[in-house]
This record gives sequence, C-alpha cells and structure tokens, in this order.
Amino acid sequence: MSTAGAPIQSLVSVEDIHTYYGKSHILHGVSLTVGAGEVVGLLGRNGVGKSTTLKSIMGLVHPAEGRITLAGEPVTNLPAHKLARLGIGYVPEDRRIFRLMTVGENLRIGLDRSGVTEARKQELLDKVFSYFPVLGERRNQAGGTLSGGEQQMLAIARAMMLEPKIILLDEPTEGLMPRMVSQIREIIDVLHREGVAILLVEQNVPMTLEASQRVYIMEKGAIRHHAVASELSVDDPVIHQYLGV
Amino acid sequence: MTIPWDLIVIQTINGIVTGMILALVASGLTLIFGIMDVVNFAHGELFMLGAYLGVVVMATSGNFWLALVVSVLVVALLGAALQIVTLRPLLGRDPLMTILATFGISLVLQNYALWQFGPVARKIPEPFTGRFHLFYLEYPYYRLMIAALSGAIIGGFWLFLKYGKFGIWIRATTQDRLMAQAMGIPVPLVLTVSFAIGAGMAAASGVLFGPLVGVNHIMGLDWVLKAFIVVVVGGMGNLGGSVLAAIFISLLEAYASIWVSPAQAVIVSFIVLILTLLFRPTGLFVPTPK
Amino acid sequence: MSKRDKTIYWTGFAIIVGLLIIAPLVLPEFWKRFLTEILIWGLLAMSSDILIGYTGMVSFGHSAFFGLGMYGAAAAILLFAPPQMLLALVFGLIAAAAVSVFVAYFSTRLRDIYFAITTLIFSQIFYVIIFTWTEVTGGENGLTFKRPELGIPGLWSTPFTTETLHWFVLAIVTASYLILRRITQSPFGMVLQSIRENEPRTRAIGYPVERYKIMAVMLSGLFAGLAGVLYAIQNRFVAPDFVFFLVSGEVVIFNLIGGIGTLVGPIVGAASFLLLREVLSRVLTEHYLIPVGIIFVAMVIFLPQGLLGFMRRWLNR
Repeated sequence: MSTAGAPIQSLVSVEDIHTYYGKSHILHGVSLTVGAGEVVGLLGRNGVGKSTTLKSIMGLVHPAEGRITLAGEPVTNLPAHKLARLGIGYVPEDRRIFRLMTVGENLRIGLDRSGVTEARKQELLDKVFSYFPVLGERRNQAGGTLSGGEQQMLAIARAMMLEPKIILLDEPTEGLMPRMVSQIREIIDVLHREGVAILLVEQNVPMTLEASQRVYIMEKGAIRHHAVASELSVDDPVIHQYLGV
Repeated sequence: MTIPWDLIVIQTINGIVTGMILALVASGLTLIFGIMDVVNFAHGELFMLGAYLGVVVMATSGNFWLALVVSVLVVALLGAALQIVTLRPLLGRDPLMTILATFGISLVLQNYALWQFGPVARKIPEPFTGRFHLFYLEYPYYRLMIAALSGAIIGGFWLFLKYGKFGIWIRATTQDRLMAQAMGIPVPLVLTVSFAIGAGMAAASGVLFGPLVGVNHIMGLDWVLKAFIVVVVGGMGNLGGSVLAAIFISLLEAYASIWVSPAQAVIVSFIVLILTLLFRPTGLFVPTPK
Repeated sequence: MSKRDKTIYWTGFAIIVGLLIIAPLVLPEFWKRFLTEILIWGLLAMSSDILIGYTGMVSFGHSAFFGLGMYGAAAAILLFAPPQMLLALVFGLIAAAAVSVFVAYFSTRLRDIYFAITTLIFSQIFYVIIFTWTEVTGGENGLTFKRPELGIPGLWSTPFTTETLHWFVLAIVTASYLILRRITQSPFGMVLQSIRENEPRTRAIGYPVERYKIMAVMLSGLFAGLAGVLYAIQNRFVAPDFVFFLVSGEVVIFNLIGGIGTLVGPIVGAASFLLLREVLSRVLTEHYLIPVGIIFVAMVIFLPQGLLGFMRRWLNR
C-alpha cells in the first residue's frame, strides 16, 4: 500500500476498525484519515464495505475493535445522535429523507439545536435555499413527493443544517441525471470552500478524482490503496485493478 | 319490528362517549407501537392505575381536576421508569420478547393493585352532577364532558405532534429511527418520553372513565383488548385511524347492546377485527398503500 | 446424535420417567395430584412450543384449544351414561381440531403481531360464547361431572385411583412427547424450523410455507386439546376461566421460562411456575403473582433462552 503525504490536521481518524453485521465480518482493519476541510474519496466495487465504513464513523454501527477519533477526541462507541451534534453530517446511500414530513420540517430538524439563534436559523435556511432553489419552492411539500434528484438535494441540505465539520456522502450521484451530477459536484466544491470536510463514497471515478484531494480504494473490507487524487488518472492500472469491470 | 329510535339516539351518544375514551386509550397504544414496535400489554393496567390514583386523590382532596392531573403525571413517570428498566434492554431483540415483558408487567401491576386496594370496586364521584332530559332518561352532562375532554386531549396531542419540536422528533423517530439519530435527535430519550405520554393518556382515560363504572383491578383487561382491536382496525401507528375506529366500534357495540347483552355485544368488535384482517389488513380507514 | 449422546439422552429420559412412575407411591395425596396436573400443563406448554419454538409463530390461542378439548370431553361425559373414556377423548380432540382449522386458516394470512393478537381475540370469542351460552355450557359456573372409568368399552373397566390416573396421564404425556419429538426431528420438523429461522428464504427455496403452517397449527391444537381432555378427566370440572386469554399468556410464560424449541423445556417451565406459585402462595397468600411476575420479566431480559435453553441444540440433534 503506497502512502501519500500526511494531512495537515486530522479531523477524523479511523484506526484499524473491524465491524460485524451479526456474524459477518465486514470491515477487516480499516484505517483512514480525513483532514479538516479536506475532500477525501473512498472508492471500491459494490459490497466491499464502503457504506459500512461511513456507518461506523457515524455511530450507526459500532466497530468490535479499533478506534475512531473526531478532532482528537475518541468517539468510537458514541451513539449517532451525539456524533451528529459533535459535527458529523450523514447523507446515506438511499437518501432516506423523512418522506411523510415536509421539506421545511426535514430541514428544521437539523436546525433545532441548542445555541442556535432564530437569526442564525434563518441565515442557514436562506443559504440552503440559494444553493437549492427548488427546495425553497417545494418547502411545504412532503418529502416523498420530490423527485430522486430533489430528494438527494434535500438529504444534503438537511445535513448542512447541522453545521457539521465533516459530511459523510454515500454515493450521492447514484441514479442521477448528468445535470444533477454536476450540481452535486458544485455543492461539494461549495462545502469545501466553506471549510467543511467531506468523505465521499462514490462509484463515479472521474468525478471523485476531480473533487477530492486524496482517495482511498477499498476491497474486501480493507483499504488497498491510498493516493493523492491529482496523481491518479482514470486509466491508472490501480483503478482498473480494484474498480475495473 | 319497530325501530327503537329513542334507544338508537341514546346509544349513539353512549357509543360516542365510550368511543372517545377508547380513542384516547388507543392513541397511547398506537403511539407506542408506531414509534418502538412494542405491543404494550400493560396498557390496560396503566389505565387501571390511573383510575385508582384518581380514587385516592379524590378521597384526599375532593378535587376531580387535581386527581386527573396528578394521576397523569404519576403514571407517566411510572411509564418512563418501566420503559427504561424493562424495554430499553430489549430494543432490537425479537419482538416476541417485548410482548412477553409487557405481559409480565401487566400481571405485576394487576396484582399490585389487588394487593393495595382489595377486590372491592371503588368509585370516583362525578365532578358535577347536572342532568338533562333525553327522552325518558336523565342524561348526565358529565358524560358529554368526558367525550369533549378526550377529544380535546387527542386534539392537543395531534397539534403537538404536528408543530411542537418534540412532536417532530417523535414523528421523525417513528418514520426512520436510524436517520433520526443521524440528524442529532436523542432517540433513546424520545422513546422514553413517548412511552410516558402513552401511559399518561391511558391514565387520563382511566380517571375520566372512573365515574362511569366501578374501579377495580381487572378493569384494564377489557380495555386493553378493545384498544388492540381499535389499533389494528385503525391501522397500526395511525392516530386518525385509531380515533375513527374507536368511535366506529363503540357505536356498533352500543347499537348491538340494544338487542343482546353487553357481554355478547363485544363479539361485534371481534367480527370487525376479523373482517378487517381478512380484507383490509392495513386498516379499515387507511387507503390501501401504493 | 452421536451414539454417546444418545445413551446419555435415553438414560436421562428413563431416569426421569422412572421417577415420575414411582412418585405417586411416595408422595402425599395433594402432591400426587399436583404432579399429575404439572404433567397436563406441561403437555399444553409442549404443544405450544411446536408453534412458538419450532415454527416461530407466537400464539395466544392455546387457551381456545385447551378449553375446547376440555368442554368437548365434558360434553361426551355428560351426554353418555356411563361416561366413556374413549368418547371423551374423541369428542375433545374433534372439538380442538375444529378450532385449530379455524385458527390455522388465519395463520397463513397474518404475520407476527397480527397473528398473535388475532389468536388472542379468538380465545376471547370462545370465552364469551361459553360464558354467555349458559344453557349449554353452564356459563360462568362451568360444568361438573363424574370421572369416566379406565378401560376398553364392553370388555373391562375399572375406576381410576389417584395413582392409576397419574400413570395414565404420564403414559399419554410421555407418548405425546415421544411423538412430537419424532415429528420435530423428521423432515417436516426441519422445514418448520427453517420457517422459524428465515421464512422468506424457505419460501424461496420452494416449500409451500402456508401448508406447513396450517399443519403446525393443527398439530399444536390437537395436543393442546388432548391436554384439555386430560384436565377434564382429572378435575371432573370445566369452566370458562380456562378459555380466557390469560391462560394462553401463562402457557407462553411456561414456554419461555423452560426454554422454547426444546419440547422438554416447556414442561420444566410449567413445573417451575406451578411450584413457584404453590410455594409463594403459601408464604404470600394471594399476591404471589407479584414476585412471580417480576421474576418472569427479569428472565425475559436476562435469560430469554429459558432454563433449558442452553440444551436446545443438543436436545434437537
């Protein structure tokens, strides 16, 4: 496994975690880091454990072994709701917005935190509606009536309401039209400019290489390769080895 | 056969009154089931304990409204304690286990009540004793008030769910527990509070219903059975459906009581349940899912 | 099962049965009858295990099967004089079978909680019918009658003594256990267990899951009805209380305490519960159910596999 230069400040550090679903050993000693404000890609074929890695960081599943730290503090077995309040946002693979609640209500959940003034809440809402005008239009509609792409935007938007330090994105472009894919790409850039770190799990290799500073490649529950994104091209033999058809 | 119109009108009112109380009981049950997939067998006993607490507070203070408030608060706290001690450890396990646990709790509570209060039924006096003329009957205003108050509580609860911050948390947790957590909602707390609210609603029903019948340690059994039927017929986890189902079933039973004995009238609710399960298992008033 | 395991198992079996045979000769009168009753409740609990422990279907309907077996036997005894054992058995089993067909039909259309609640309602339906149809069923007070004699109709008969009744019940319960054991270890039993483990997969493999469920319910209902018949014969008395859904709840408690999926577990569970109840009720008068209930809830949380749960794999090999 080749190594790249160490990141400036590690925001999230995953050290040698082993995660199980029941008896199935899914993650075999996964280690990775995401620096503050960094965009890091996580590539790999279906079923290698990318989503499980994100869920482990989010506290939705707990690793049987290993450590996870957030801004230097160990958070390995904290429940997900505490991690969300500590600054981890999560956008899962199937979006999973609250379909029976309106767009506004979906967003409101992330805003209802202690220490957030009404003014700040309005600021955040205005900001997100400026990035996603369509959400503003559909504000009072139930989440379930939105199209796939709109639901994806809502999923990202409501994570943004938490004002997270890092957002875990699980295959945000899956099933989306090319026009929406570039919108997602833009949002990633915007978040990056605002200093939000992103751990991006994707099947879309070109976009990931473009958007990320570093990428990890997984296979069979472990990290197999780690490189600076700019040094990797789509035709690289490593890409073919782990991701090729 | 002459249609006994006067009886029908009387029974309609009776049916609505009973139906509203049943709706209040069932609302608590459906909230608990919807949010944590727990079939709360002990719900009838929470109703019963609420009634007994009402008796006790009435006896010491003479104030019905105080009895109502104290009863609701104490039983809600009891509910929270029960949830934390017995149901939290069972989260994620086979649902059969929660049914058994709540069944065990219901046995304990029933016998505790028997131990503390004895087998003789107690009464809660009516808070006011006005009557009005309904055909040949002197119909108590109090009964109308119970229906109105139950309706008000359910209505208030609905508003809370729709607009309150915690209400939204409850809805989110019911829809998708995992994502609710990922959005920072303290799910374990939400579950405990929801159980407490359900318990409180059961207790309120007990106190409201108390003046109508005697309060004894097995009064919960009938109610929990009916409440289950209502929840299934109304669509599990569906608040509006439960209310409609409660009134519907109570009305049918009330009408049936005109011709058969009340003990036999309960078969009506059984039949409704069976028909619902056969033909519209998601709930009688619920549009069939897409 | 390996040869060695088999020897251990059958030796254990022989010892226990042997003890049960000798027991009435040494126990005082009350305990003799108590032991017989434990066997009957054990049979009921065992029948429930077929559904809960082996097919994974939680049912609160066993009081219906039990109750109807009981009332069926009572009907035979009251309608024919002198009361005939064989007729009591036949009537009771037919009554129980009829109810199980009814329940079985619904079992295939409902899952899990809905099935559990529905079976509970069925118990209540029968309870209400029996309770209110006083002319036929004796209503609230139930029916009392004489005990039929043991024997072959027409050839020979002899009245039961406490001991012979005990041995008769022991014989039937032991035979039932052996039959049920044979069934659970047969291919049929394996399919039932596979339904419990993973119903969708079993269906996907191609098994007609509905048909198996129906047979499981009928099997379970028959043996529960048999327990009802035995109860009627032993106690010479039937009442609607036994059809009330709480009885089903108690049966499920026996199953859990003893260990589901073991067949013997429920019998042990019944014995433990009844013994506990007897002991506690002498110490604490009527309120014994409070500590019993608390113990039960604690078991659900901390020991859900029951007393014999650890032996489950071994007993089923």
